[in-house]
Amino acid sequence: MDLEYSEEHRAYREAVLEFLKGWPLQGEEANLPEAEREALFRQRGIDAGYVYRNVPKKYGGAGEPADPLRDAIVREEFFRVGAPWDLLNQGAGMLVPTLLEFGTEEQKRRFIPKALTGAERWCQGYSEPGSGSDLASLQCRAELDGDEFVINGQKIWTSNANEAHWMFGLFRTEPQARKHAGISYLLVDMSTPGVEVRPLREMTGGSEFNEVFFNDARVPVTNRVGEAGGGWAVSRATLIHERNLIGNPNMMRDCFEDLLTLARKTQRGGRPAIEDPHIRQRLIEIEGYVRTVETSNMLQFSATVRGDALKAMRPMMMNKLYSTDTMQRIQRCAYDLLDGEGMLAPSAEDITGWGRNTSSTGWVEAYLFSLGPAIAGGASNIQLNIIGERGYGLPRDARPPEKT
Amino acid sequence: MEFGLSEEQDLLQETVRQFVSEQCPPTQLHAIFDAGEGHAPALWQGVAELGLCGLMLPEEYGGADLEVLDLALVCEELAYGGLPGPFMMHSLAAHAIARAGDSDQRGRHLPALADGSAIATLALAEGEGAWRPEFWSTRSEGGVLHGTKRFVPHADLSDWIVVGLSDGRLALVEKGAAGLTVVPEEGIDRTRPIGRLEFEGTPCEVLEGDGAVLERIGDVGLTLLAADAFGSASRLIDLAVEYTKTREQFGRKVAEFQAVKHQLARLALEIEPTRALFWYAAHAVDHRPDEGPRSAALAKSHISDRAIQAGREVVELHGGIGFTWECDVHLWLKRIMFDRAFLGTPESLRERCAELEGW
Repeated sequence: MDLEYSEEHRAYREAVLEFLKGWPLQGEEANLPEAEREALFRQRGIDAGYVYRNVPKKYGGAGEPADPLRDAIVREEFFRVGAPWDLLNQGAGMLVPTLLEFGTEEQKRRFIPKALTGAERWCQGYSEPGSGSDLASLQCRAELDGDEFVINGQKIWTSNANEAHWMFGLFRTEPQARKHAGISYLLVDMSTPGVEVRPLREMTGGSEFNEVFFNDARVPVTNRVGEAGGGWAVSRATLIHERNLIGNPNMMRDCFEDLLTLARKTQRGGRPAIEDPHIRQRLIEIEGYVRTVETSNMLQFSATVRGDALKAMRPMMMNKLYSTDTMQRIQRCAYDLLDGEGMLAPSAEDITGWGRNTSSTGWVEAYLFSLGPAIAGGASNIQLNIIGERGYGLPRDARPPEKT
Repeated sequence: MEFGLSEEQDLLQETVRQFVSEQCPPTQLHAIFDAGEGHAPALWQGVAELGLCGLMLPEEYGGADLEVLDLALVCEELAYGGLPGPFMMHSLAAHAIARAGDSDQRGRHLPALADGSAIATLALAEGEGAWRPEFWSTRSEGGVLHGTKRFVPHADLSDWIVVGLSDGRLALVEKGAAGLTVVPEEGIDRTRPIGRLEFEGTPCEVLEGDGAVLERIGDVGLTLLAADAFGSASRLIDLAVEYTKTREQFGRKVAEFQAVKHQLARLALEIEPTRALFWYAAHAVDHRPDEGPRSAALAKSHISDRAIQAGREVVELHGGIGFTWECDVHLWLKRIMFDRAFLGTPESLRERCAELEGW
């Protein structure tokens, strides 16, 4: 065990810090609209080898040799100053790794570069009204008609579908095949005639989710990723990327620091809440969980770098649930500190999801938002099944016989 | 940058695990537990032959000169196997002598402690559970000790007792010294029996180190207790996995019921990721002095609290048999009860974490 970086990696960090002096942009560039400033700096980051390090150059990435330690250094330093780094949205975060693994050369060239810049935004079409945790029961059909699929059916809980240009999703292409074997992974242009998006309103007041309806929407067969009927395996790879997005220790540390700030400025019995014995106990108990996330993340990271990921299999399959629970503990504590202001409703500006919180109503929104991850990306009860069955070899649930 | 174990550390853990599972199977553990002495000379001999007694002692005295992390990894495995005996306190007491003793004291005591031919223990707590010197009254005057210490593990067995003084220094008392009375208390963890020590003009050697050694012994001790609680809780989880996969009700293995499976998965979720928490504390105590004390207190409070809860759940998962003396479960539950209280309860350690952070 050695938590010091090698000389090579220390020098690398220095170079990253030097590069980051260019953010925020200076001079005339500082007057550009925010999106342009971010795009400009992100491109500089790609050219310098810091952004999209693991995506090949020919698809718009930096194409640097694999080095997880360098990845970690870059992420840490970019995160620290809030500089534009790899987009962590559905396109760059989930579609791109999937295409790199399963896509044809043509698909990679066509879709990856624009997903990386965000010029084309993506949404994920998995869940359906009748298929949540039992995702493989999905019914939205894509029937082959010549060299096109004709899609009919509905998707739901589709984040950001109302702003997306494209959807990657799972569709039933082989209705005769067994449940998991009849599904293909397709890329759908959201401007296709027959695709309709209707926003949903969440309990926070925000509208991140949507319903997407397909009515004879036609998609070229060349937009299938992987084999016909092989979509399930493709999507499993994507889900792993989503779970990694959910368990981000930097985000959790920020959130905990914000909670401490709140505890310092909130009064309890005529003194700052952080001096109240009961609140202190609670804060340290939560910190135990936060530190566990951080240190377990280090353990898993080192095991992966060493090629020994199997040894860290159990904590890895626990990440999603552990992070969800820990974030809920943080948010619940903050909510309790708000006192009467916990009755206030968040306004439109407060709807920031995992964004940093400074106002009472921002915390109220964050509390409500923290209830969502227990469902998204694999519900907590499903996570418990995975941990029990795959982590500890407990028997699988009794299942009804599969329909063929 | 590497937050993982070396091959040597992996091997050390494997060796210890194999030793305990072969030499101290549950039947023997129950027998030792029931006898109440918390010690089996053959097992201690085995531990000594593995070279574990002087793991952190300097090489020149026969030690292995390893780090807190290595010792914590051994404690995890010994706890997983439930090994009775004075290992943890012996290691702490010997480390205290190595750190606070002068060269004469080190030369006289450490070789026998390193090869296990002498056993040492630690006498710190006073009253109902005061673990810090500002609350102690035991003092040395003119080479003799006055005071009372409680919760001293293996007090009867140990050849040497390292005693914490109210001024933050440490003193060394020999077994059977004049004016020393050992009053056994009925301890919950019969693998580590405890006693009360009364010193009435008892001759002692004061060790020359200052209060920093006592602080370090506290930090190392908290880390080892965290590792011990982690190993114990891991064993309880494995016991529950094994039992629920075997036990049948309603014509099925009880582990097939989702209520049972989820209860087990939840308790594993509370324990397994905390392995990294005690690793980090162990590393920090040696290499990150700014973070060591707080990391150790946080790890011990968090893990021992989660482990107690795991104990409760595992009793429940075993049904009626889980509540009996003959079942294995209470052996590890009681080990955790010791780990949880020794050197401070989770509540008092959390308060310490808050203070150390300047809150």
